[in-house]
Amino acid sequence: MPTKLSRRDFIRLCAGSAAAVSLSGYLAPFIKEAAAAGDLPKVIWIQGASCTGCSISLLNTVHPDIQKVLTEVISLTYHPNVMAAAGDLAIHEGMYKVAEENKGKFYLVVEGAVPTAFEGLTCTVGEIDGKPITFKQMVTDIGSKAAAILNFGTCSAYGGIPATGPNPTECKPVSDIVKGVQQVNVPGCPPHPDWMIGTIAHVLLYNDIPELDYHGRPKMFFGGIIHDNCQRRQYFDNGIFAKTFGDPGCMLELGCKGPISHCDATTRLWNNGTNWCVKCGAVCIGCTEPEFPAWPMYERMPEMPVGPATTVTVDQIGLVLAGATAVGIAGHLGGNILTGRVGPHKEEEVKEGEN
Amino acid sequence: MAKIIVDPVTRIEGHLKLEVEVEGNVVVDAFMGGALWRGLETIMQGRDPRDAEQIMQRICGVCPTGHATAGILALDDAFGIEPPPAGRIIRNLIFGSNYIQSHILHFFHLAALDYVKGPEIAPFKPRYEADFRLPQDVNDQAVAIYLEALTVRRQAHEMLTIWGGKMPHVQAIVPGGVSEVPDTSKIYQFLTSLEKITDFINKKYVPTVKAVAGVYSDWFDVGRGCQNMLAYGAFPQEEGMDHIKKKKFFNSGVYIDGQYKDLDPKVITEDVKYAWYKDGIDPSPENAVLTPDAKKKDAYSWMKAPRYNGKAMEVGPLARQWINKTKDVVDLGPKAFSVMGRHFARAIETAQMAAACKDWAMELTKYAGQPVCTPHKLPTKEVVGMGLTEASRGALGHWHRISSDGRTKVYNAVVPTTWNASPRTGSGAATLRGPMEQAIIGTTVKDANNPVELVRIIRAFDPCFGCAIHIMTPDKKTISQFAIN
Repeated sequence: MPTKLSRRDFIRLCAGSAAAVSLSGYLAPFIKEAAAAGDLPKVIWIQGASCTGCSISLLNTVHPDIQKVLTEVISLTYHPNVMAAAGDLAIHEGMYKVAEENKGKFYLVVEGAVPTAFEGLTCTVGEIDGKPITFKQMVTDIGSKAAAILNFGTCSAYGGIPATGPNPTECKPVSDIVKGVQQVNVPGCPPHPDWMIGTIAHVLLYNDIPELDYHGRPKMFFGGIIHDNCQRRQYFDNGIFAKTFGDPGCMLELGCKGPISHCDATTRLWNNGTNWCVKCGAVCIGCTEPEFPAWPMYERMPEMPVGPATTVTVDQIGLVLAGATAVGIAGHLGGNILTGRVGPHKEEEVKEGEN
Repeated sequence: MAKIIVDPVTRIEGHLKLEVEVEGNVVVDAFMGGALWRGLETIMQGRDPRDAEQIMQRICGVCPTGHATAGILALDDAFGIEPPPAGRIIRNLIFGSNYIQSHILHFFHLAALDYVKGPEIAPFKPRYEADFRLPQDVNDQAVAIYLEALTVRRQAHEMLTIWGGKMPHVQAIVPGGVSEVPDTSKIYQFLTSLEKITDFINKKYVPTVKAVAGVYSDWFDVGRGCQNMLAYGAFPQEEGMDHIKKKKFFNSGVYIDGQYKDLDPKVITEDVKYAWYKDGIDPSPENAVLTPDAKKKDAYSWMKAPRYNGKAMEVGPLARQWINKTKDVVDLGPKAFSVMGRHFARAIETAQMAAACKDWAMELTKYAGQPVCTPHKLPTKEVVGMGLTEASRGALGHWHRISSDGRTKVYNAVVPTTWNASPRTGSGAATLRGPMEQAIIGTTVKDANNPVELVRIIRAFDPCFGCAIHIMTPDKKTISQFAIN
């Protein structure tokens, strides 16, 4: 493993994230060097109750671009959308054999939640010896042999969209299914390509998972809160709130979940630095959070449910969130309510939907 | 006679299972079944109806804009509002950009490896060998374009993001319009990006499809299907609350038994006889509520079977181009209804869409500084919203019933792949198979151990699920297992 780039510098580079820097081109040689030390590290990528959005997002990686990732960084032995092989060849040669021969050395990427209702039959992902394999079985078989499991996307990390109430297929996060293997959660619906590539790069460079927060997310990408660095923050501080989409102003009244959402989209921006959720005038829907999407997306935050059947007011949010920053935010937001910047919330206002 | 299992078939979105029965080497029956159910329509029940645009676009990460558009049209319809011109145009630009992205991704990264031999590294290896016929130099060029196309499709997403905020899963589409505001710099940025992409489409994508079609011209005779075409129409060109009648870039209409007719959404129904849901649902999409039944006898799919006036209908670029009577496609005659006809129609459409996006962006310059969104109110009495559009893969409809307390009561998405890959309906002599099942029946499978024909037929429809292929004898005994690329 190369030592030219210290872990500290690497994390600084990843977290730096001025849009143009992204995972900059000068990171690529280090990854390449790591790869040159031996065969390209083997990665198996499987999809369960997913929409393929995380894979499509990965294709949007810029530095390094996807061609480099696939040809110089990793050996992607199994991926349902890009691989040439199919059927038995894919399952046996691309997955089960690779997992057996590289026990404890390959990395498993999981996209999508794990359905457990109906014995897992709402998601079958292949066949072995004429019998359907449920995704639950595949995650267990392959995951237990992996060096680490990288849960890409909110569905594999926390359950996400299919696991939200009433959770008709009893979807579970991967960490509920596979125990005893270290896991990294890279949530987002979908995750930013930099978060995925940066996590893979860290694992390959240091043979170790990055430092994680309470919800298993790499701190280098999920340490901050949207509201802290939001470009519309000044509006919030000045008590200017958008009432209709297309208006200038803080998006809180239209449902923005920025104050409780952890990620760096504010400074990293999406799609090669083109735009991001609040910059385009939309609301943050909190897609990197374990509770996503339990809350109404276009209703103002204070009545937001956190967990099943629980409703919190903005004053209580600090109790739910971990960390002093969050408490600070909640206090700050609460302060605005007290000073009348954010008016008391009435039921009929929700119904009218001010947009 | 053989039963062959290919599971999963890769390079399509999602999970699918197909069983095929052969006599001699000709397919005599086909059973196509979706292998993933997430219950997103069930999840919508009881939610704030406005969440539909965000929740339902997560049906598919390849074409989220289609579901965002159908979802939002249903909401607009339910709320009795429509976007101002700037909002309408920006929605078209968002959706159009993803058409370009999706079509390029489909041809090069999902379908091309059926005809083009990839390089000798993972994920192009391992593979099974098929009848790769392209001359070496054309093949090399196609591989180079495959790699270039990875960049171009990414740039198409970036172009979309100028208006959409982020992709996949677009943020800026909201009830009554969009959230992003047009200005000259964004329009210029969009046009600059579009020009490069248009160049790729006209000089690389369309010529590659034509080269492949020339060498594999016998594929204009494979995979006929039902030859009934359905298009809801999409990309409104004018204001007006009647979404069916208003002028659109893609016309709505049907083509049944050789006759062109106007679209009547009232005759769209859904059937679950062979799907893993409890029988006795209301056939109308605005009322149907599903209860899963994973062990239902005779069922073989998680997909419902949509029918138009009882008919199985093909949807997608070929249907749109046929309904729009595009000369290049109609001139193919009956050969249009084929594997190559579908790839050809998709390529032609991509070029059309790039040209249209340019026109829309120019039109948008008239509306800089104008409102992008019409305010809405949640309904206080029960209403039904219908959102009909054309996803890149074909006709897409969302039906959304909202209760008087302003919550979602019933949600139904009838998606392109359930039209194309629907299971059968009826039984005995009245059995009506889905369009893809029909397209597969009668196909000669030259090598039972390498049924490349079946996967080529499936992928030409650009389906949206993972797929397993079974070729079985009447006694359903497996004699070989293998995979193809």
